[in-house]
Amino acid sequence: MKLDSKIPAGPIEKKWDSHRFNMKLVNPANKRKYSIIVIGTGLAGASAAASLGELGYNVLTFSYHESPRRAHSIAAQGGINAPKNYANDGDSIWRLFYDTVKGGDYRAREANVYRLAQVSGSIIDQCVAQGVPFARDYAGYLDNRSFGGAQVSRTFYARGQTGQQLLLGAYSALSRQINAGTVKFFPRREMLEVVLVDGQARGVVCRDLVTGKIETYAANAVVLATGGYANTFYLSTMAKASNATAIWRAYKKGAAFANPCFTQIHPTCIPQGGDYQSKLTLMSESLRNDGRIWVPKKKGDTRRADQIPEEERDYYLERLYPSFGNLVPRDVASRRAKEMCDKGYGVGPTSLAVYLDFAESIKRLGRHVIEERYGNLFDMYHEITAEDPYKGPMRIYPAVHYTMGGLWVDYNLMSTIPGLFVLGEANFSDHGANRLGASALMQGLADGYFVIPYTMGDYLASTKFKPVKVDDAPFIEAQGGIEGLIKKLMSINGKKTVEEFHRELGKIMWDNVGMGRNRAGLEKALKEIPRLRAEFWQNVKLVGVSNDMNAELERAGRVADFLELGELLAFDALHREESCGGHFREEHHTEEGEAQRNDKKFSYVAAWEFTGVGKKPILNKEPLKFEYVKPSQRSYK
Amino acid sequence: MDFKLKIWRQKNRDDRGRFVDYEVKNVSPDASFLEMLDILNVDLVKRGEEPVAFDHDCREGICGSCGLVVNGRSHGPGRGIATCELRMRGFKGGETIVAEPWRAKSFPILKDLIVDRTALDRIIAAGGYISSKTGAVPEANSIQVPKPAAEEAMDAASCIGCGACVAACPNSSAMLFVAAKVSHLALLPQGKVERKERVLKMIEQMDKEGFGNCSNNYACEAECPKKISVTHIARLNREFILAEIS
Repeated sequence: MKLDSKIPAGPIEKKWDSHRFNMKLVNPANKRKYSIIVIGTGLAGASAAASLGELGYNVLTFSYHESPRRAHSIAAQGGINAPKNYANDGDSIWRLFYDTVKGGDYRAREANVYRLAQVSGSIIDQCVAQGVPFARDYAGYLDNRSFGGAQVSRTFYARGQTGQQLLLGAYSALSRQINAGTVKFFPRREMLEVVLVDGQARGVVCRDLVTGKIETYAANAVVLATGGYANTFYLSTMAKASNATAIWRAYKKGAAFANPCFTQIHPTCIPQGGDYQSKLTLMSESLRNDGRIWVPKKKGDTRRADQIPEEERDYYLERLYPSFGNLVPRDVASRRAKEMCDKGYGVGPTSLAVYLDFAESIKRLGRHVIEERYGNLFDMYHEITAEDPYKGPMRIYPAVHYTMGGLWVDYNLMSTIPGLFVLGEANFSDHGANRLGASALMQGLADGYFVIPYTMGDYLASTKFKPVKVDDAPFIEAQGGIEGLIKKLMSINGKKTVEEFHRELGKIMWDNVGMGRNRAGLEKALKEIPRLRAEFWQNVKLVGVSNDMNAELERAGRVADFLELGELLAFDALHREESCGGHFREEHHTEEGEAQRNDKKFSYVAAWEFTGVGKKPILNKEPLKFEYVKPSQRSYK
Repeated sequence: MDFKLKIWRQKNRDDRGRFVDYEVKNVSPDASFLEMLDILNVDLVKRGEEPVAFDHDCREGICGSCGLVVNGRSHGPGRGIATCELRMRGFKGGETIVAEPWRAKSFPILKDLIVDRTALDRIIAAGGYISSKTGAVPEANSIQVPKPAAEEAMDAASCIGCGACVAACPNSSAMLFVAAKVSHLALLPQGKVERKERVLKMIEQMDKEGFGNCSNNYACEAECPKKISVTHIARLNREFILAEIS
């Protein structure tokens, strides 16, 4: 496999402009002759489908939800970055670019990150025009707040519901196109296969989740905007249905999978309560603006938080990182929390938690200010734990939250399969080994509103297409394959539920491929995952029938894919003999306990190529060159 | 904690449906209502029975997927929560809990506790937006928005589209849902240009979908997981009258 990143020549600040000029255009009258399939309606998918529809393309968009508005982008809380410099505090495109490359621990592609920083300002313009009710000051101008990994205030927000408001904005733009007839929306459809014709992505196989019918659709190009794979870990902050099936099946059809081991553990989640628990709940990173993180100075201290006097508290982030304090990037904050708990300083019933304390901010700013900034988060915490965070500190612990890895894409967001584009969290491109807070919303919308409308046109205008129909052989073959897979799953009739297999996989992943990774643990995972997978295919129990709504069958297919992806994730983590960002190999750290990169050996994107289930994948390397932000040991001291 | 459950089971759109009794044991008081249903479903699958179908996804009260009538109330007892945020600690051990789907003509039942709420999407598609084309917009700070207007717009915009208001209303009215969108956009300077057309089209679609009218019952506000106020319905009515007469 040859990886061509197609990064345009020239100085970094001119690359996107000159590329846009050099790209081919589709004549306005010809646009409706092209069909584009978009899978997923989160920020990336909805914004892409709406924008492509506005341009006049014939767009078919699919979601396993009943409505586009239910996609998990809706749950993002804290905000979206843009270097508007409204705060007059020294922000610029260059600074956002620099912060993102550094925050990603020098494992992202510079040209992509620069473009992201460049277009991010337009996203805010777009969202305001759509009616997104961002927070404002008393003069009526847009307000900003700070986020981890940056020393400027560049984060735009709508209370603790920024993802919801941005998604509803994109959903409204999408709805307008559905009404105009340029976009056709297919609800409750799950994509199960991408169909290739002469090596080009020309369609998909879907299951209608209401009738169970297997359907095929043809188009000129396919866009996957299906999110990340954090649910491989079972317990994560992802929505329950969030899955990797679309990208995983594309991988098995020949799309390279890049940096799967780059997963993000978010520092501020509500700790796990018990075995019944179905998911973890995030508390926005923005809370670290006004909350102070601490543990008791004494090991195993069982006193209530309010009985521990000030001088017996260790505000360890402020102590270790005086300049960034509680606003260090997520990977650093998570790792330090784990370290504190591992050493015996953890609090709460499980001792797997640290405090996030607002007492000082409430005293300084007044309860009403804290309520205005974080009211819904405080309510959510109260609801889940039955503890009032206005009165005592929150207990928090890290949880799997985001995956930086994903399908490999070039500068045009096209995977190694021609005509298969990948947007948002589903691709690997912009966050390197660690994503900064408020950058996921930015990337999803940048890809959908401002990148794909151009690069898709270039692909369509410069590619020859042979006419295809859904009764052509490749479609019938792909459909038959999926029907066979479903039949196989339904006929196993074993003893263990899908839920049990998923939880078991999650435990293997979290224990061995979680926050701290080492050779022994990874090798153990690489033995246990194939064993569990083999057991799954002999002992999983499904009920009901396949030509009906059947949630167990839906989940079985997704878990079957996680059982393969988990292995690749562990394999990538074992191969990457360095620590960088969210990938922390315990063998590689500095004297101060920070991640120790090995730029000489690992300054590349690891793009894996499928060779068969259980077989060793082929490693393809895209070397990373840093011409503008020189790699250094990240320091937040 | 142990519970007795009466759950609505219905094979598909055309089936008559009925309540079926179940029991769940050893539920943690900290478990959510949906986690209690998960426990029941694992039991059912193990026994070879079909699990109870229910919509759910984010499980943190924002995606709007879940929605059950629990003991006669949309999203169950308590204020300002979705079903996924309902915790078992609020029930008494041994209690019989009744769970049924949203009941409204415009929300046909697909299976068990899952209903089809796409009528709400069609109302939005009819006009619930500002027609701002990608790229064709002014700089974000070029139009000031008074803070009180932005705050009130945000109150309305926080609607999660779950349909609890419809389920709670004796007329199965979607007025709170429509009002939330009309109000959100009418409050902002960006939304004023299309305000008349918007309200007329959305109301027209709302009527076409078979939703009832508002008779000031206020059950919608009481059951709304985002506590959206009925004052937005008052604004919807003003917007509608203004559009009709001018």
